Amino acid sequence: MIERPETAVPSIARNLEGYVGFANLPNQVYRKSVKRGFEFTLMVVGESGLGKSTLINSLFLTDLYSKDYPGPSHRIKKTVQVEQSKVLIKEGGVQLTLTIVDTPGFGDAVDNSNCWQPVINYIDSKCEDFLNAESRVNRRSMPDNRVHCCLYFIAPSGHGLKPLDIEFMKRLHDKVNVIPLIAKADTLTPEECHLFKKQIMKEIQEHKIKIYEFPDVDEDEDNKLVRKIKEKMPLAVVGSNVVIEVNGKKVRGRQYPWGVAEVENGEHCDFTVLRNMLIRTHMQDLKDVTNNVHYENYRSKKLAAVTCNGVDTSKTKGQLTKSPLAQMEEERREHVMKMKKMEAEMEQVFEMKVKEKKQKLKDSEAELERRHEQMKRNLEAQYKELEEKRRVFEEEKANWEAQQRILEQQKLDASKTMEKNKKKGKIF
Amino acid sequence: MSEAVVPDAMVSPAVGGLYGEKAGGPMLDFSYVGIDAILEQMRRKAMKQGFELNIMVVGQSGLGKSTLMNTLFKSKVSRKSVLATAQEKIPKTVEIKSISHDIEEKGVRMKLTVIDTPGFGDQINNENCWQPIMKFINDQYEAYLQEEININRKKRIPDSRVHCCIYFIPPTGHCLRPLDVEFMRRLSKVVNIVPVIAKADTLTLEERDFFKKKIREELRANGIDVYPQKEFDEDAEDRMINEKIREMIPFAVVGSDQEYQVNGRRLLGRKTKWGTIEVENIAHCEFAYLRDLLIRTHMQNIKDITSSIHYEMYRVRRLNENNTMVAHANGIPEHHLTAHEM
Repeated sequence: MIERPETAVPSIARNLEGYVGFANLPNQVYRKSVKRGFEFTLMVVGESGLGKSTLINSLFLTDLYSKDYPGPSHRIKKTVQVEQSKVLIKEGGVQLTLTIVDTPGFGDAVDNSNCWQPVINYIDSKCEDFLNAESRVNRRSMPDNRVHCCLYFIAPSGHGLKPLDIEFMKRLHDKVNVIPLIAKADTLTPEECHLFKKQIMKEIQEHKIKIYEFPDVDEDEDNKLVRKIKEKMPLAVVGSNVVIEVNGKKVRGRQYPWGVAEVENGEHCDFTVLRNMLIRTHMQDLKDVTNNVHYENYRSKKLAAVTCNGVDTSKTKGQLTKSPLAQMEEERREHVMKMKKMEAEMEQVFEMKVKEKKQKLKDSEAELERRHEQMKRNLEAQYKELEEKRRVFEEEKANWEAQQRILEQQKLDASKTMEKNKKKGKIF
Repeated sequence: MSEAVVPDAMVSPAVGGLYGEKAGGPMLDFSYVGIDAILEQMRRKAMKQGFELNIMVVGQSGLGKSTLMNTLFKSKVSRKSVLATAQEKIPKTVEIKSISHDIEEKGVRMKLTVIDTPGFGDQINNENCWQPIMKFINDQYEAYLQEEININRKKRIPDSRVHCCIYFIPPTGHCLRPLDVEFMRRLSKVVNIVPVIAKADTLTLEERDFFKKKIREELRANGIDVYPQKEFDEDAEDRMINEKIREMIPFAVVGSDQEYQVNGRRLLGRKTKWGTIEVENIAHCEFAYLRDLLIRTHMQNIKDITSSIHYEMYRVRRLNENNTMVAHANGIPEHHLTAHEM
């Protein structure tokens, strides 16, 4: 048993006399992370035609969905698919493996019940992969494919959330960080947008949906920024990767007959807020929340279900109720019992087999005897038949001989009389 | 050639001059019969009677149906303006709500009924959401039929049949959704459907053209005949006009009932930070075309097609049903009854 010190040693804040050098630790961490590279998985969910692909292209300034990629008009499918595409982005020496998970077909059918099920299955399967990787003996490489953030696109109706939106967010808010966005926000005037956002936040609170919350930061100035972001939720975004010239300036935006809606203009839409939040400031926080909250939820639920069943020696590592040693002891005992049971079973099976074989042999023996009897009887019958035939034959032979003798006798008699006649004739 | 005594009041001055000069007063025109004066008589009668128009709007909630109705008739005719409900809850099943208004312009009175269908396409499971709507349309035909076959008929049968159904397509920019295709397929056979792209200020001009092309292709591929239907074109002139219209459907519309100052004029529009969208400017959106089609040029045609074709089809089907029922009841074998498919 490991002895732990009973009294906690209080830590005293000290001032240093000279320069020690552990202020360099953040740099070391930084250098190591840069070498390792970062991973981020982003999921986009929404009905087709809400501009998801365009927004992804605009966010990461790459054509992940190029013009040749078959658009939704070509791929209306009957069931919801979950597709993932990986892209490696490098910027300033930092390498990011970005995985975008798309859900074509979501909410497009006439009957959309359970269209969220494939999405939930996907998220759970990624968590399970990570759980298995974590529990392995050799943990050298643990690729993190868990979904870190889910952007949910709300259609800009201007009225409120649809039943489908509410259902989906309710089911996914404790599995993944959900960030709701108002898609195609250039449809709404500023007043309509404001009303719409208020309505959505009211409905979200009504239904107790837990969307991703920005953490409060210690410093004051960052806090102001965070508060501003919170007021703007849900973010109204417009996406575009097309560069247009406006007043001599090159901007990315959408060209209408009545003006140009600029994507990166804070007054036109909240795209810059989303980009800063998602990539520049809160990416690490999203990953942390996924790891500490959502993944832990999943893990405890999964493992609790397993212990209730009792026997599962493949995944149980740390139990919630027992200490590891006792657990191992119990496991050993269980194992031994299992072996004994198996042995007994084998014996039983063996016995049964032996009995069966014996029975079979007996049966075949009896069969052989029977056949032997039958053959003997057959032979006897044949013998009798032959005897009968022989007797008949003998009788016939005797008859025939008798007849021959009679004939002979007659012949003899006939020749005797002829001789007598001849003698008589000669006398004359 | 015959001499006709034309009463003073009915001479149309434009015609009198065409038929050569006659001696004497302006009334006596020997070759003028006056049949064309019937137009004036009809006009007067129509003005006294007034017109009826029943429009149904169908589409998901939030597509701007009520706003468009208000814009079309330049007054607050939609359901939302009339019933001031505090909270807009999406109903669980499709409801049919109709509001009637009497509006007047230059002495012409019109009874406009707007039939709204809240709850269409809003649920998670939208199977059969078109059924209440079809039932409503057929009920209106049924009511008219009952009135018509009555022994003591009213002088003017109140016409509650749906003349035109405006279907709002959400501006996804890609293609029609399965729900849209299903609905239009079923309803184009019983009522005139006019599809429009709602909230068209979301699409740039190229996206709009692409979207329209895709929609037209899909409508053709699925055999959906929207108004103006090809088969009901009467002559070459009609066909020419209608072809032009058919090239442009579905109309990309933007609705607004708020006025803004643009270049010194007050116009209906939507004001955003990057510009103001003028509703009646054809460079911006096609609302003007839709309004012209529905009201200024084709209104009577729409009503005619409804009463002479859709209603007649319904009537034939219904009366044949009656015949089969009677035949079955009497044990008479039916010979040959044309059955119309739904």
